[in-house]
Amino acid sequence: MAQPLVKKDDDQEDEEYSPFLGIEKGAVLQEARVFNDPQLDARRCSQVITKLLYLLNQGETFTKVEATEVFFAVTKLFQSKDTGLRRMVYLMIKEISPSADEVIIVTSSLMKDMNSKTDMYRANAIRVLCRITDGTLLTQIERYLKQAIVDKNPVVASAALVSGIHLLQTNPEIVKRWTNEVQEAIQSRAALVQFHALALLHQIRQSDRLAVSKLVTSLTKGSVRSPLAQCLLIRYTSQVIRDSSMNSQTGERPLSDYLEACLRHKADMVIVEAARAITEFSGVTSRELTPAITVLQLFLSSSKPVLRFAAVRTLNKVAMTHPLAVTNCNIDMESLISDQNRSIATLAITTLLKTGNESSVDRLMKQISNFMSDIADEFKIVVVDAIRSLCLKFPLKHRSLMNFLSNILREEGGFEYKKAIIDSIVILIRDIPEAKETGLFQLCEFIEDCEFTYLSTQVLHFLGNEGPKTSDPSKYIRYIYNRVILENATVRAAAVSTLAKFGSIVESLKPRIFVLLRRCLFDSDDEVRDRATLYLNTLGWDGSVGEIDKGVKEFLFGALDVPLVNLEASLRSYEPSEEPFDLSAVPKEVKSQPLTEKKAPSKKPPSFGVSANGPTSPIDAYEKLLSSIPEFSSFGQLFKSSAPVELTEAETEYAVNVVKHIFSGHIVFQYNCTNTIPEQLLENVVVIVDASDAEEFAEVTSKPLKTLPYDSPGQTFVAFKKPDGLPSTGRFSNLLKFIVKEVDPATGEAEEEGVEDEYQLEDLEVVAADYMLRVSVLNFKNAWESMGPDYERIDEYGLGVRESLAEAVTAVINILGMQPCEGTDVVPNNARSHTCLLSGVFIGNVKVLVRLSFGIDGPKQVAMKLAVRSEDEAISDAIHEIVANDEAISDAIHEIVANG
Amino acid sequence: MQEPYPSVKNILLLDSEGKRVAVKYYADDWPTQAAKLAFEKSVFTKTQKTNARTEAEIAMFDGYIVVYKFIQDLHFFVTGGDNENELILATVLQGFFDAVGLILRNNVDKRTALENLDLILLCLDEIIDGGIILETEASVIAGKTTSDSLDGMSSLSEQTISQALATAREHLARSLLK
Repeated sequence: MAQPLVKKDDDQEDEEYSPFLGIEKGAVLQEARVFNDPQLDARRCSQVITKLLYLLNQGETFTKVEATEVFFAVTKLFQSKDTGLRRMVYLMIKEISPSADEVIIVTSSLMKDMNSKTDMYRANAIRVLCRITDGTLLTQIERYLKQAIVDKNPVVASAALVSGIHLLQTNPEIVKRWTNEVQEAIQSRAALVQFHALALLHQIRQSDRLAVSKLVTSLTKGSVRSPLAQCLLIRYTSQVIRDSSMNSQTGERPLSDYLEACLRHKADMVIVEAARAITEFSGVTSRELTPAITVLQLFLSSSKPVLRFAAVRTLNKVAMTHPLAVTNCNIDMESLISDQNRSIATLAITTLLKTGNESSVDRLMKQISNFMSDIADEFKIVVVDAIRSLCLKFPLKHRSLMNFLSNILREEGGFEYKKAIIDSIVILIRDIPEAKETGLFQLCEFIEDCEFTYLSTQVLHFLGNEGPKTSDPSKYIRYIYNRVILENATVRAAAVSTLAKFGSIVESLKPRIFVLLRRCLFDSDDEVRDRATLYLNTLGWDGSVGEIDKGVKEFLFGALDVPLVNLEASLRSYEPSEEPFDLSAVPKEVKSQPLTEKKAPSKKPPSFGVSANGPTSPIDAYEKLLSSIPEFSSFGQLFKSSAPVELTEAETEYAVNVVKHIFSGHIVFQYNCTNTIPEQLLENVVVIVDASDAEEFAEVTSKPLKTLPYDSPGQTFVAFKKPDGLPSTGRFSNLLKFIVKEVDPATGEAEEEGVEDEYQLEDLEVVAADYMLRVSVLNFKNAWESMGPDYERIDEYGLGVRESLAEAVTAVINILGMQPCEGTDVVPNNARSHTCLLSGVFIGNVKVLVRLSFGIDGPKQVAMKLAVRSEDEAISDAIHEIVANDEAISDAIHEIVANG
Repeated sequence: MQEPYPSVKNILLLDSEGKRVAVKYYADDWPTQAAKLAFEKSVFTKTQKTNARTEAEIAMFDGYIVVYKFIQDLHFFVTGGDNENELILATVLQGFFDAVGLILRNNVDKRTALENLDLILLCLDEIIDGGIILETEASVIAGKTTSDSLDGMSSLSEQTISQALATAREHLARSLLK
C-alpha cells in the first residue's frame, strides 16, 4: 500500500523506523474487528491483514481460539468486491490453514471464485481451495479443476496443475483421472504451463517405466519450450537411460544424443543439467564425458559465481571416478584456488588433489598453505581428507604431505578438524611404512600441546601399539611420561597404559619403565594408581615373573572381542552372585550396522541403511525366551539366531515368519504367527515340518500354540537334532495346522465348535551361513597375520557374468554370512577389482578370516580368489565348500586353479 | 538421487542485521521456529562478509545450497537441496530480486520493503507454491502482484504498471550505460 501503516511525519530522522514499530498481537486482533463492519473499508482491512501476516512472519503464533476468530472474521471479507483485498484474504486463509470443519465456511465462496470471470480469482481460488481441502471436497470440485487445467489463461492452468502435483501425494486416485487434460496441457504454448504439466504427468506415471519412456521419447523429438521444462525432461531422460541400461548389455545408450544436444542449449541451467546427467551415467565412457567436460570447463572462467560453482562441483564429482578426464581443466582449476567464493576455492583444490600428478604435488601444497588460513574448519576437513587420499596414491610424496599435515596440526582449529588430521596421520602411518617414524614424532609433538583429551588418549593408545616396534623406542618415553606429569587424570591413565606396553615389548627399557610406573603409584587419581599397580604386577617388577607370558601380551594389546553394546547389556542383566561374570558368555554377534571407517568425505549421514536395531540385541530376548521352555533347556548354549525369514506373502490371512536358532547339536525353528482375520480365533496351532530333504536332521519335539487370537502374535516351536558341531544343511517344507473358531465381531466371543484347517507355508532352508556368526575384528591385518598361514586355503573361482562387481561382492558376503571389516563391503563405482575382508566365528567357536579378491573384465565376467585362514584345517576347507556348493552362484562356478 | 522436479526449500528476505523482513518455508527440514531462526542466523553470518551486490553468490553448507544477492540493507536468499541445479535456484532468486525492484520502483531498501510488505508477500506467493516454481519472470511476477489492484487502492496508484515497468527499464538502461 502506498500509505505507510503509521504516519511518517518525522521523516528519515529515526534510523530504526519501521511501519510495524511497537506492533502488538493483542492490539492487532482488536483491530481485526473492522472485518465485521457492515460498511467494509477495504484499505483498512488490507492493512490489518498485512499486520497479521507480519506477526505470523515474525514467528508469532496464534492460539486455536485466536486463529478461529481471525479466520471467521476474514471470511466476511468475501463480501467486498475489492480485488486487492481479496488477494490478501486468499493469502491469509492459506497462512491460517483452517481445520476441516472450518474449511466448509469458505468452500462456497471459493467455489464461486473458481468460476469467476476474473482470471486472477480463478487461479488463486484454485490454489487456496486445493491447499486447504481434504479428499471429500475434491470430488465436488474435480470437474472445475479439469477444466482449469486446459484453461486458455496460463496462470489458471498452472495453478490447477501445481495444485495437482500437491494433491497427488494425498489423493492419487483422483488426480490420476486427469491424465487426458494434463496431456493436452503439455502441448500448451505457455512455457510454464508445459513445465507444470510435464512435472505432473511424470508424477502420475512414475511407477510405469514404459509410459515414462514413451513420454520422454516423444518429447525429446518435439519442442519443449521453457528451460525449466527442458531440465525436467533431462532428469526423466537420464532416469529412462538408467532403467534401460539394466536390461541391455550393448554399449550405445538410447537418448544420449538428446542429452548431448542439450549441451548446446542457450540456457545455462539446461547445459548444467545435461552435463551433470551425462557425468552421472553408470559406467560412463570417456567419449561420453568429453563434450560435457568441455562445456563445464568454459563455465569455470565465467564471471558468474553460481556458474563457476556448478561447474567445479560437477567436475569435482567426476574427478572421484575419472580423474584423467578432468586433468584438462587443471589450469582453469588452479586459478580458482584464489576465488573470492570459498566454496568454489575448496572444490577446486580438492579436485586438483584428485587429478594432480606426482610432479605437481609440491607446487599444489604451496598454494594450499596460503589458502588454508582463511577458510572455515568444515572446508579444511575436506582438504585434509583429500590430502590423505593423495598421499595414499603417491606414497613417495609422503614427506611433503606429512609435513603439511603436521604444520596445519600446529595451527588453531576446532576438535573435528584436529581429529580429521590425526585420523589421516594414523592411516598414513599404518599404510606407508616409510612415514612411520616421522609421523609418530609429529603425533608426539602434537600431544605436548593438545587441548582435547579424546585426541590425546587416542594418540597415546596408538603410540603404545606402534612405538615399541620402531628402531629406537626410548625416544618416545619422554613425551609419554610428560603426559603423566602435566595432564588430567584421563590422559594420565592412558599414558600409564602406553608406558606398560613399551615395558612389555622392549626388554631393555623395562627397568626404566618400572621406575616411571612406580612414581605413578602416588598419583592423586584412583584409576591412574590402579593401572600402575596392575601393570607393575603383570610385568613382574619384583622379579617374580621372568618371561612375560603370552597372556599378558594378550591382555595389553588384545582388543576386546565383544561388541560394547552386547557387553553392556550382559553386565546390566548380571546379578551379583557366587558365580563370576563370564566375558566369554557375552554374545559376539554384531547386531547393529557396523561403523564403516570414514574414508570418503561425506557431508551428511545417509538417510537410509541404518537399521532400526535398538541398543538391546534381540539375541538376548531369544535366549531368555528359549531358556524359559523346559524342552529346550538341555540343548546347551545358543550359538546363533537368524534374522526372521518370511514364510508367507505380505497381506495374507495368516502371516508367519521363522527364526532359526542354532545350538551345537540341535536346531530350533521358532515360527512367529499372526492371525489377521478379526472374525477368527485359531487354536492348537502347530507347524508340521517335512524334513525328508534334510537327511541329517531328526525331529525331537514340537511345542504347539494353544490359542492365536486376532492381531496378537504368538509362537510355536519345532526342534531338530543334528550332528554335533557340524554345519548340516537342508530344506524343510512347512504346513500350518490349526482349529478355526468363528468369532462374533459384536461380542468378541468365539463359538464352541471349531473346524480343523491347514495352510501351506513356503519352504525353509538351513544353509551354511546359519552356522557363521558375524563377528568383527578391529584390525584385520593384525588378526590375519597372527592367525598365520598354517591352515590357510586359497582357491580361485569364476563367478560367471554378474550384474556388477558390487553385486558379486554382496552375494558372496551373504553366502558366507560373515562380517565385512574396515568398510570393504563397499565397492567404489566403476572399480575393476576389489578386495573384501571378512571375519566371523564358525560353529564350534572357530575364528575364521577371509580375504576375497574380485576382478571383473569387459563382458562382466567376475573372477574371485578366496583365501581363508582359520584355527582349524577342516573349517578352512568347509568355507571353500560353502562357496563351491552354493546354488546361487554354483552354476557359474568352476574352479580354475586348485592349490589347496 | 535428484528430486523429480526442481524444488525450493525456502526463500528468505533479511535485513542487514539478519532480522526477518519476510520469509517463507516450503520444506519440513526446519520443523520449529527455533530451527528456522538458527538456519537464518547461520545463513546470514556465513554470507555476511561476501560481496553479492553485482552477481548472485552461492554457498553450500549443512547439505543445502543457498544462492543469495544483496542490495542496500536487504539480503535475498533462496535455498535448495544439495542435489538441486544451482542455476535453477539462481533463476528463482533473480526473479524474486527483480520483481521486488519493480514493485518498489527501484527504491529497494528495508524501509520501503516493510512499507509495502503486502506486495512483497504477494510476490513470494506468486513465485513459489509449496516448493514448486510457479513463475520466474520478474515482470510477470510483479504484474500479477499489482495488476489487479489498479482501482486506486494500490501502491502504484499514481502510476500504472506499464508505466512502472517503463520507468524500471529506463532505470536499468541508465545504470548499464554508466
